[in-house]
Amino acid sequence: MTGGFVLRAEGLRVWNERNFRIDIDDLSVREGEVLGIIGHNGSGKTTLLLALAGLKKPDCGTLSFRGAPVDIHGPMTEYRSRLSMAFQEPLLLHATVFDNVAMGLRIRKMRGRELRSRVEEYCGLFNVGHLVKRQARTLSGGEARRVSLARAMAIRPDLLLLDEPFSSLDLPTRDALLNDFDGIAKKIGGTIILATHDRVEAMRLCTTLAVMNAGKIIQSGAPSEVINGPADEFVAAFVGVETIIEARVAEATSAGFFAEAGGVRIEVTGEAREGESVLLGIRPEQVVLSLSDNLCGTSLRNAFRGVITRTVNMGPHHRVTLDCGFPLVAYVAPHSKEELGLREGLEVTAAFKATAVHLVRKSAGK
Amino acid sequence: MDLIIEGLFQAFRLIAGLDAEVFSVSLLTLQVTLMATLISTVIGVAAGTAVALNEFPGRTFTVGLINTGMGVPPVVVGLITTVLLWRHGVLGRLELLYTPSAIIIAQVLIATPMVMGITLSSIQQIPRAFRLQVMALGASRFQMLWYLYREARLPLLAAIMAGFGSVISEVGASIMVGGNIRGHTRVLTTATVMETSRGNFDTAIALGIILMVLTYAVNYILSRIQQRGRQR
Repeated sequence: MTGGFVLRAEGLRVWNERNFRIDIDDLSVREGEVLGIIGHNGSGKTTLLLALAGLKKPDCGTLSFRGAPVDIHGPMTEYRSRLSMAFQEPLLLHATVFDNVAMGLRIRKMRGRELRSRVEEYCGLFNVGHLVKRQARTLSGGEARRVSLARAMAIRPDLLLLDEPFSSLDLPTRDALLNDFDGIAKKIGGTIILATHDRVEAMRLCTTLAVMNAGKIIQSGAPSEVINGPADEFVAAFVGVETIIEARVAEATSAGFFAEAGGVRIEVTGEAREGESVLLGIRPEQVVLSLSDNLCGTSLRNAFRGVITRTVNMGPHHRVTLDCGFPLVAYVAPHSKEELGLREGLEVTAAFKATAVHLVRKSAGK
Repeated sequence: MDLIIEGLFQAFRLIAGLDAEVFSVSLLTLQVTLMATLISTVIGVAAGTAVALNEFPGRTFTVGLINTGMGVPPVVVGLITTVLLWRHGVLGRLELLYTPSAIIIAQVLIATPMVMGITLSSIQQIPRAFRLQVMALGASRFQMLWYLYREARLPLLAAIMAGFGSVISEVGASIMVGGNIRGHTRVLTTATVMETSRGNFDTAIALGIILMVLTYAVNYILSRIQQRGRQR
């Protein structure tokens, strides 16, 4: 599916007054790839995208586009004409929807029938075809985002950069837009870099993830790799590993090891040395709760009695926090919570497989 | 009341009769003020944009100077221009004093800070992200500026109108550097002052009316351009 590099950044650094705002050793995106740059607000995602888009001069580093070096000290107009970018805010012109979607095409000197048909095509794809004559300022938030995305994609750029284009929309509007965008991106193809702080959005749209923290890429790979094998504590927390336990390896076996935390022994698959301090990550959806402590006949290698300290309704599931000697988070479906009568103060058994425990490296600086 | 009515009749007679002197004074007024407005627009918009888009040491000081320039009395500008163009002044060799060019120079000095100040604030009010967005769609710097001016067209045309208004209405600088020489540097404002001081109120009113009509005509054209892209 993917071919050669469309864009590669090496040693890319942007300073602010005191330290690096971004410090990227090596980042590349291949033909047809949808690369998700995920990280919290302020992690440097926007600065990275601006630097990749030629809108912020890096202090050092190199960019190569389809194998050819980009002169980052020049105006980069030629390079920029092959990309396009949409921001978190739609930033539309005070003009009609047509004029807005036509903007990038007019910049590229497209005129007449070709311009009209291209604008109509992309307005149609984004379901704003009926709005072409409307003034942009009269659009709703969702419509404005659609116009902004249609404008960025109508150019048919070699590389599309998106800076949180789906954020701060109400849930149904966002879901509808995400669905449509996903369909359009798959239909048209193209190479995309999407910056987002929403891991669900990233997992839904991206073929590769790069997790960013404090200006650095700390892990990149296929979504399943990043989610199931978070490189460190930060990534683990970011991709939804809600339980991270500091433990000590008590006994190494041929199949894995036993680690001790809060006076209990946890069985883990993987390699660790006896006496080593480790971090163990457990995803909440992999924890099973039961009123009985009889889990004979299952492959669940870890079972602990614990008291429910908190339950929070998250909509599609309930987030249940237990004290098992260490804090443990589990997700349960609403009807399971009802059937089991789960409430704060109730003692239950929490169980999970040895393979559900991820060995997580400590984040640098911690 | 009679004075005003008589003035109106006189104005009508002068205009309808295509009085040669009134015609030449009006024409010179238009030529001088339009030229001064044009030059001020080019300098003021360019410099205002440059200050709005760039960070440099002393920027706040510069903005303060521009804003002060918007309120400098025309007589002070007239005085400075006279000193500069005086026979032994820095630009004395150009022999421009008491010529229409001298009036244009003084009026440019009056109108430029006006155009610059309004341009500065109208460009500054467009978010930086908008400029990035235009560039992110592949625009060159010139194309980005074009879109920026397009977005700020209403206040930018207001800047030009303010510049034009400040020069067509000023009299102090024109008298000082032009000398109100008949057939050479007499413009509508200086002529009105002179006729009023002589007690020729009817002629002064006539000149005042012509001045108002010319001002309205130019502003009407600028307003047409400004309101063409108005959001409804």
